[in-house]
Amino acid sequence: MEVAIIKYNAGNIMSVELALKRLGVNATITADPDFIRRADRVIFPGVGEASTTMAYLREHKLDTLITSLKQPVLGVCLGLQLMCSHSEEGDVDCLGIFPEKVKKFVPEPGQENITKVPHMGWNSISNLKSDLFDASLENQYVYFVHSYYAAAGDDTAAVCNYITPFSAALQRDNFYATQFHPEKSGPIGARILENFINLKAR
Amino acid sequence: MLAKRIIPCLDIKDGQTVKGVNFVNIQNVGDPVELGALYAEQGADELVFLDITATHEGRKTFVDLVKRIAREINIPFTVGGGISELEDADKLLAAGADKISINSSAVRNPSLIDDLAKNFGNQFVVVAIDARKTPDHWAVTVNGGRIETDKELFSWAKEAESRGAGEILFTSMNHDGTKNGFANEELAQLSESLSIPIIASGGAGNMEHFVDVFTKGKADAGLAASIFHFREIAIPDLKAYLRQQGIVVR
Repeated sequence: MEVAIIKYNAGNIMSVELALKRLGVNATITADPDFIRRADRVIFPGVGEASTTMAYLREHKLDTLITSLKQPVLGVCLGLQLMCSHSEEGDVDCLGIFPEKVKKFVPEPGQENITKVPHMGWNSISNLKSDLFDASLENQYVYFVHSYYAAAGDDTAAVCNYITPFSAALQRDNFYATQFHPEKSGPIGARILENFINLKAR
Repeated sequence: MLAKRIIPCLDIKDGQTVKGVNFVNIQNVGDPVELGALYAEQGADELVFLDITATHEGRKTFVDLVKRIAREINIPFTVGGGISELEDADKLLAAGADKISINSSAVRNPSLIDDLAKNFGNQFVVVAIDARKTPDHWAVTVNGGRIETDKELFSWAKEAESRGAGEILFTSMNHDGTKNGFANEELAQLSESLSIPIIASGGAGNMEHFVDVFTKGKADAGLAASIFHFREIAIPDLKAYLRQQGIVVR
């Protein structure tokens, strides 16, 4: 199986490759459009700022490449946000694979617990609705680091609650995305990556 | 709900864990990767590896070690010690570190925080502060508490946040090593005045201290070293106890 990790100007993408290696899967970090097009699985990771990253994707024509992919694609963290329709971070139109909009967390005054931004640490996921997950993953903890979130909508595949319920995962057709970092989420995250690798052909 | 984090801290010298680790069941007790993996398996939420080597050779060993940690550990990890410029951080990021922790170098050159945050993102930058209570205020210290500076804890923490720190790791030098509990009053004040997560360090001696640091101290994470290394507290027991006390943990 060929797994492509899309290479672009986005922080520590090596950790996804290493997590796959621990599962016995060799992935290739690449920006080669032909390789990405014919890979069996594509992972679109990302840590960074939305508007500058979108500008980079457009400049390198990775935007049209990603939206045209037919094989299972997994966006991670900023990858999820860029697959949405719009992000408040830099007020930018994104890839539009998911109709959801990305907004900034605003701590609500008077909330019982102090709420910090970024949402950083381990939080539980629920209402799982995708073949990315299995029943054993309901209410399990995964690792998040983000200040922006995709609101819950039609494509929400997992819900997390922090300040407001938001999309911890999204799915539409062959496009999957997680706001959390499966590559840093211990055995639970490994299981989710494994489920992605083992998805049945659609 | 967001879980409170338990973070074991490993001091590394020339690629080996120091502080006399006494896990009888691991073969090479000095190997930080093995010990880190064991903590991860036991439910640690994150790991901190601090390089306390001073030599150039030891430094290279540390970067190699970070590569091994990144390959084998599947939870987030922070590395610190000896980071004084962008290039140091870049090497550690390339080796696979999720976050870096800076302390004395940030006090001496505060704009390092801005540079690191701009280049690698706020989430990458942990600013560690060692402070000691003096008659007037909480004085920020450097060089492992040996040198007192004219900076004050609360204003320095606020400045670090505004410069782009993603988290504050506060160690009270008055509490560190005492095993009498964390500096809860100061931690609560930090937590309420800042909007980034606070990692509490210094003073953990028993499981009740962790309950206090999360309730009274309002900390987001509790860090400790010797109580885990000397097996005074096992992480699974600590988590079970916290859960029993109504604290959300993973």
